[in-house]
Amino acid sequence: MIAGILPAPSLRFIHVWRRNLMVWRKLAIPSVLGNLADPLLYMVGLGYGLGGMLPQVQGASYVAFLAGGVVCSSTMMTASFEAMYSAFSRMHVQRTWDAIINAPLTLDDVVLGEIAWAASKALLSGTAVLVVAAALGLVSLPLALWVLPVVFLAGLAFAGMGLIMTALSPSYDFFMYYFTLAVTPMMLLCGVFFPLEQLPVVVQAAAQALPLTHAVALARPLMSGTVPAHAWLHVLVLTLYAGVSCMIALALLRRRILK
Amino acid sequence: MALLAVQGLRKSFGEREVVAGVDLEINAGECFGLLGPNGAGKTTTLRLCLGLTHPNAGTINMIGEPVPARAREARTKVGVVPQMDNLDPDFTVRENLAVYGRYFGMSMGAIETRIPELLEYAGLSARADARIQTLSGGMKRRLTISRALVNDPDLLFLDEPTTGLDPQARHLIWERLRQLMQRGKTLLLTTHFMDEAERLCSRIAIMDNGKIIARGTPRELIARHIEPQVVEVYGDGAQAWADAFGRNASQRCEKTGETVFCYAHDADEIVHSLAMRDDVRYLHRPANLEDVFLKLTGRELRD
Repeated sequence: MIAGILPAPSLRFIHVWRRNLMVWRKLAIPSVLGNLADPLLYMVGLGYGLGGMLPQVQGASYVAFLAGGVVCSSTMMTASFEAMYSAFSRMHVQRTWDAIINAPLTLDDVVLGEIAWAASKALLSGTAVLVVAAALGLVSLPLALWVLPVVFLAGLAFAGMGLIMTALSPSYDFFMYYFTLAVTPMMLLCGVFFPLEQLPVVVQAAAQALPLTHAVALARPLMSGTVPAHAWLHVLVLTLYAGVSCMIALALLRRRILK
Repeated sequence: MALLAVQGLRKSFGEREVVAGVDLEINAGECFGLLGPNGAGKTTTLRLCLGLTHPNAGTINMIGEPVPARAREARTKVGVVPQMDNLDPDFTVRENLAVYGRYFGMSMGAIETRIPELLEYAGLSARADARIQTLSGGMKRRLTISRALVNDPDLLFLDEPTTGLDPQARHLIWERLRQLMQRGKTLLLTTHFMDEAERLCSRIAIMDNGKIIARGTPRELIARHIEPQVVEVYGDGAQAWADAFGRNASQRCEKTGETVFCYAHDADEIVHSLAMRDDVRYLHRPANLEDVFLKLTGRELRD
């Protein structure tokens, strides 16, 4: 089971997910307010401030264009923070994982619970952006609701990538590398704030290899009420990112914790 | 029946063999002490028994289940008190017990009926809604032991349960552990406090460099490995006295730092000669487990 190569999680991962939910509920109100305030600031600040100087972008107002990007960047931020800082606290600082695996849960259960939790929080923050954008009249319902499964899938991918960092990390400072080398470039190069086509061709090609690009390519058309082109390709890329990163994270965490 | 049976257990980390052929048998209702200096392999042995790491060789059977193949099933009937407190700081005292019960698949109803008893055992009934950070070291330890009892385990692993506690807190923990033994629980205790082992354990194994180098009841170990009388001698004249007299008058005579330890079957002569000198102080006492431990594992520091 532990020495086995294949992941062997069980439904007991729910207990880990519920534990995190129980902690979150204690601070649910400020957390939800934060989830709502963050995209609101982007939309008002950048969307109307910067957007006021711009003509239409891809046939829509800039603020509507931006909403389709921010829903994905919020997802990335939330899942990354949860899978790195919060999971690292539970794993390394508080030793919560050690306590859990002394009970009849395995590390595989814990890791799956953490991934599911980070993706759930990402879903929550994606939902908050959708609510804000809908309140500002920027989305086309009901097709925009398809953004939610996209956000959850992207959340799984970013959770897996974040947990890889957690598995390798000696301390909190280590996560800065990931932010500088992965999160910030994705934030700026994957079409969140402006169309990908504005970038040099080489950079565009590189951006195609990044998961955020594919999340944005799905979410933006859905928000504005059109079916994305090549939808299954984007879903496939995100699924691959989620599957492979979660497998690598699990292998590294087993090596770190079950030695 | 043996609740835990371990045969030929081996575990290496790279070149270093941390557990080098350990056999253990722990019977229902006993308190078994696994003693050893730091780095002897005690904690790794416990982790192997819980199925948290895989052995390179050997077999483990815990509560009738083979480990690691069915470690998860075995752990449903085991409680663990780890060396480092890992209570959940995001929760209150009561919530810690409730959340831990859920890891064992217990229903909220079953947990709720159990919590008052566990709080009382921990002496924390009045602090049920306190945050973990506000508890003293002793309270945290008691809560950790209570938490390990949430699933009503048959076997309890206690990894250095009183390390870092003040004497009052240690005595309280010992009293609580004796209560558990009266209730028929089986305890596997690691410690490097010999007085703790002598008070609590019915049987002891001393471990060093991954191997068990002695085993038996505390009395047996003392009788088998060490002379019954010990005289500790301190002071400016200790060395001179030892050279002139102590070494010949005792069966064994060791010097550690400023102290001379004389081990003898009959210490009357030694005490008599010391009483006549005014450049030494001395303590005459019966041999204890610590003397056995130091004889077998050596007096040099382990880090």
